[in-house]
Amino acid sequence: MTGFLARRLLQALIVLWVMSFVTYGLLALMPGDPIDLMLAGDPSVTSADVARLRALHGLDQPFLERYSNWLASAFNGDLGYSRLFGAPVLDVLAPRLLNSLLLMGLAFLVAVSIALPASVAAARRPGSVADKLINLLCFAGISVPPFWLALLVILLFAVTLGLFPASGMATIGDGGLGDRAAHLALPVMTLAVASIAQYTRHGRAAMIEVMREDYIRTARAKGVPESTILWRHGFRNALIPVITIMALDFGALFSGALIVETMFAYLGMGKTIYDAVMGNDYNLALVGLLLATAITLAANIAADIAYTLIDPRIRLTGRRPA
Amino acid sequence: MSMATIHTVQRRSPFARLRRNGSATASLVLLAGLLLACFSAPLTGAAIGIDATSIDLFNIAAAPSADHPLGTDEIGRDLLMRLLEGGRVSLTVGLAAALSATVIGTLIGLLAGYRGGIADAVLMRLADGVISLPLLPLLIVLAAIDPAKVGLPSELVHSESFSLYRIVIIIALVGWTTTARLVRGTVLSLRERDFIEAARAQGLPPSRILLRHLLPNAASPILVAMTLTIGNVILFESVLSFLGLGIQPPIPSWGNMLTGAQDLISVAPMLAVWPGLLIFAAVIAFNFLGDGLQDALDPRALSQHGR
Repeated sequence: MTGFLARRLLQALIVLWVMSFVTYGLLALMPGDPIDLMLAGDPSVTSADVARLRALHGLDQPFLERYSNWLASAFNGDLGYSRLFGAPVLDVLAPRLLNSLLLMGLAFLVAVSIALPASVAAARRPGSVADKLINLLCFAGISVPPFWLALLVILLFAVTLGLFPASGMATIGDGGLGDRAAHLALPVMTLAVASIAQYTRHGRAAMIEVMREDYIRTARAKGVPESTILWRHGFRNALIPVITIMALDFGALFSGALIVETMFAYLGMGKTIYDAVMGNDYNLALVGLLLATAITLAANIAADIAYTLIDPRIRLTGRRPA
Repeated sequence: MSMATIHTVQRRSPFARLRRNGSATASLVLLAGLLLACFSAPLTGAAIGIDATSIDLFNIAAAPSADHPLGTDEIGRDLLMRLLEGGRVSLTVGLAAALSATVIGTLIGLLAGYRGGIADAVLMRLADGVISLPLLPLLIVLAAIDPAKVGLPSELVHSESFSLYRIVIIIALVGWTTTARLVRGTVLSLRERDFIEAARAQGLPPSRILLRHLLPNAASPILVAMTLTIGNVILFESVLSFLGLGIQPPIPSWGNMLTGAQDLISVAPMLAVWPGLLIFAAVIAFNFLGDGLQDALDPRALSQHGR
């Protein structure tokens, strides 16, 4: 178990390291040049000054040299400065990361608590009206453009019905728990839709497969009540592939959060990355991207640990079950 | 002779199976209609005398009328013509990006599956890595790259259709993973079969074995993966265009038409409804079609779905 986890951690670190290299490379390909941006403030600099400025900021060094310098200071916790917010990027990102994790965590809980019962209900009688209806809704859920869904949700629940606020994190001057919750309602609902659909589809397929197993027939022959068969024998075994999907889907959840945060003006990581790109604050955007990658990788490892808790047969020695 | 008979039977039956699948057939009809309407839009527009570009500032966000069947947009252009023109762009980008992603994925999958060993390990870890990334933030950052710094000629960078090429390329760069895994899996299961063994024994070069013997046998999963990829690509394109990082105005796309509509949502909600509805319809149709193709081409998978 520890050996397996160590290997997975090492793999994740390698991916992260490769990403940091790619990310740093991308930084060099962004529009504009840091020295040009500085020059805009002072039209009287000479080209000799420009050269001195380049040397001062290490921009005259070859790419690999600059990358290793950057990596060294990143290890010391210095990930640079955000031009847009006038603060170190980590100070900008940390509170937004918590906001995003709250949004994503709630959406995930909503998705799981709807998707798991729905997949069991669909798989109970494959081909029935209920199954077909659930299947249709799933296809709708994975096919609806999330930003359009957000627009419709705002139009219906905020503009027409006036049930929930359409944007922001809290009412200025209020900010109590109820107020925060009201502001979270629409974003969480919108974000959960795609995940509900995705988990239900895979949950249903896994349930149908499990329900064909011999031990299910044996249980039926023994006269075990159908609900016990469904939940204790079937569901528990069907959970394993579903957890794989949930872990793989974490990146998609993050992408969804970016859209939802932007649409609902919710101050999260995704919106920050988007705002940073639009505001030419590339250092912030790239550190945000790197952080998002790190979290996604951590979620994948968490799924590996979750297998052992669900299914004691898995010892985490080989590869993860497909 | 008998081989040929079996071959025809096998070839005909998937179509019959697909036709029996109600949602897949309906999707096929819908997509055919959508493609026809969008790609004939310039002709239709010329015939009835409305075009997608003429601005009428006295008729902003107008209600449907005889002149404008669906009304006008935020600067008085005909909404229906804009939707059809935008659909032409969105569908073209969807097909082109999905095709590029499929080609990349197929090549990587063939290579990984056939070579095995280190090549397989490296390529599949790469696929795992890309799959686990948060794709939208990555695409947003990729879309922000200064094309001149990559060394592209400036006349290309400043051409109007550059945003089209850019989005096809960046989506293809991250969209190949599903196809690669599917093709690799198929190749792995075929690699040890007798006909491949025979081809190797004849001394055929690996490129010929890959392209003439393995590729045709992997055609079904590739077709399914590509159909499902088109739907995803259209979604990504629409999101990026909506956020202002995809297709750039004045070229219309379903995604960027929604950008302007957002500000007018309480005044003219239909401006926000129509483009989204068409994206939704196209994507769900490609998803149903892909699902139907999967069942039709692989009867074993059908039994897993339960009848």
